[in-house]
Amino acid sequence: MLDFVQQLVSGIALGCVYGLIALGFVLIYKATEVVNFAQGDLMMLGGFFAFTFIGILGLNYWIGFFAAVVAMAAFGMLAERLVVRPILGYPQFTIVMATIGLGFFLRSVAGMIWGTDDLKIDTPFSQGVLRLGGLVLAHDKLSVIAATLLLCLLLYLFFNKTTLGTAMRASSENMLAAYYMGIPVKRVVAIVWAISAAVATAAGVLLAPITFIHSNVGLVLGLKAFPAAVLGGFGSIPGALVGGVLIGVIESMAGFYLPQGWKDVAPYIVLLAVLLLKPEGIFGLHVRKKV
Amino acid sequence: MKFLFKTDYEDDIRLFPHSGYLWTYGTLLVLIAAAPFVLSSYLISQLVFVSIYAIVGVALLILTGFTGQASLGHAAFLAIGAYTTAYLQQFGVPFPVYFLTAGLLTGIIGAIVGFPALRLHGIYLVIATISFALIVEEILARWESVTHGNEGLRVKTIQMLGTTVPRDSAGFYYLCMGVLIVVILGAINLLRSPTGRAFVAIRDSETAAKSMGINVSLYKVKSFAISAAITGLAGCLFAHKLTFISPEMFTLQLSIEFIMVILIGGAFSLHGAVLGAIFIVMVDPFLTFLKDDIPGAIANFSMLMGAGAERAAAIEKSTAAVASANGLKGAIYGFLIMAFILFEPLGLYGRWLKIKLFFQLFPLYKRATFKRQKIYVKSERNR
Repeated sequence: MLDFVQQLVSGIALGCVYGLIALGFVLIYKATEVVNFAQGDLMMLGGFFAFTFIGILGLNYWIGFFAAVVAMAAFGMLAERLVVRPILGYPQFTIVMATIGLGFFLRSVAGMIWGTDDLKIDTPFSQGVLRLGGLVLAHDKLSVIAATLLLCLLLYLFFNKTTLGTAMRASSENMLAAYYMGIPVKRVVAIVWAISAAVATAAGVLLAPITFIHSNVGLVLGLKAFPAAVLGGFGSIPGALVGGVLIGVIESMAGFYLPQGWKDVAPYIVLLAVLLLKPEGIFGLHVRKKV
Repeated sequence: MKFLFKTDYEDDIRLFPHSGYLWTYGTLLVLIAAAPFVLSSYLISQLVFVSIYAIVGVALLILTGFTGQASLGHAAFLAIGAYTTAYLQQFGVPFPVYFLTAGLLTGIIGAIVGFPALRLHGIYLVIATISFALIVEEILARWESVTHGNEGLRVKTIQMLGTTVPRDSAGFYYLCMGVLIVVILGAINLLRSPTGRAFVAIRDSETAAKSMGINVSLYKVKSFAISAAITGLAGCLFAHKLTFISPEMFTLQLSIEFIMVILIGGAFSLHGAVLGAIFIVMVDPFLTFLKDDIPGAIANFSMLMGAGAERAAAIEKSTAAVASANGLKGAIYGFLIMAFILFEPLGLYGRWLKIKLFFQLFPLYKRATFKRQKIYVKSERNR
């Protein structure tokens, strides 16, 4: 029984990681109906930025964290301006391919600049361990869980309560109509890319003690975050969290109870099953078809 | 400029609309046939890869370009074709039989994948095909009794009509080119048949196609099956070319390379698949060239510009470091994808059409002819 609970808890911790990345997908999807395949790579780049600020320049952890988030927000805006804006309004698959290209590019260039070794950041959470009865939970994992919950709550409020959030939802529903209503659609898209890159950076820095920072971390985790986002319903912020946690728990249970090999495939099997049975996901909007 | 006067429907779907086509393609055929006698064996080997990539390109074009169903899982179909080949070979099955079996089996699996894909569109389909490819990759690594897992499988040379056809012989080159030509002719025929017209109708508007009486589900599954079958044939040739296959060859990156073939070539024409294949295969020789020749050339150039020998050596070293960096291929791929989407959305074949039209209309050509129609995003959720 204790094994089961320990697996459950570590699954939840892992799931929060996926949820945190899935949040970035959901943000951009919610505002522009584009899936950003470079999301994982933005996270990777955020981690490298933080490593540069903290590990190389020797800044304080929190200052370095903040600087990395700001720098990556600017970078997200730049990427949007250069790659996404010129093709905004063209078919979805075109934009998806462009973000795949961006991801390729960032991954290789980061590998060239920072090398291919695993890098590490010293964080205030690196050492401690929380013991609850027989359960063991490392502080770095707790920090991920806490940050995911906090970010989810903030972003949920942002999208549902603020004017800017409403403008973002409007521009995803119908770009032209939003434009007629006086919403500066281009600026909205730029802002959402900045926010999404900032969230990705937060994920990258918090994950640094767990997964380390290397140039492929974004690809590996990004592909795992897809099932999370789909399971939760692609446009839903709480859905990203719930989907992430479910995928994390499924993965760690499959790793413990099923033969070797199932652990890596289980999330995708779940993904395919969800797409077949309930494509709109758990929290997805159910919209009647119009002709 | 040549004007075709069409008097009946047959004129519209003719394979060679006028005699000029016969001349052009005849010349091309002669050049292809003459290539092994003229070109070095390295280039012939590259041409074999071009033909394999072009076959997959045509397959992907049928599915993505003409039916509008995006797929990022074609490496998995290629893998299924390749593994069928390697597996059947062990039992002494002759080449023509396992070649066709590879195609057939992959086609059946393609149809099976096509059924669930019916409910999906757009981005969900992309994600579903990626997951399919990842699952296949894992199965190949784990199903050791058949695939030998990560150790991989050896592929023996082709035995046909009592002779062997080694992978770097002219015979193998002719075989690959022959398959490519047959596949292209087949695709052209398919596209001018009712089935092909139905594919295009589905791409342009599913609702409109449905209301014209097209069974959308049936044709989507057909498109998946045909595309997968052709990819399976390519997989058989691929396995013979590499002589060794293992799961880590059929990764997501390969699927992306195949999408790049049709993206760079131009997404809506069969010419594009071939041009794109040539372009993608040539990236590797280009990288070798970059590694071997460019640093020295830059150093010599900086000497000419008046830099000292020491400085020139330093420059040579640093350019060599960049040119042989590990991730350079990925960076070039990423850059190419973005550059083509942003600046040449119609691909290489589109560029050729533009140049041709420029000369045909000489003083009257205008850029706006090829301008993309901008559509404003409406929620896919309401589709």
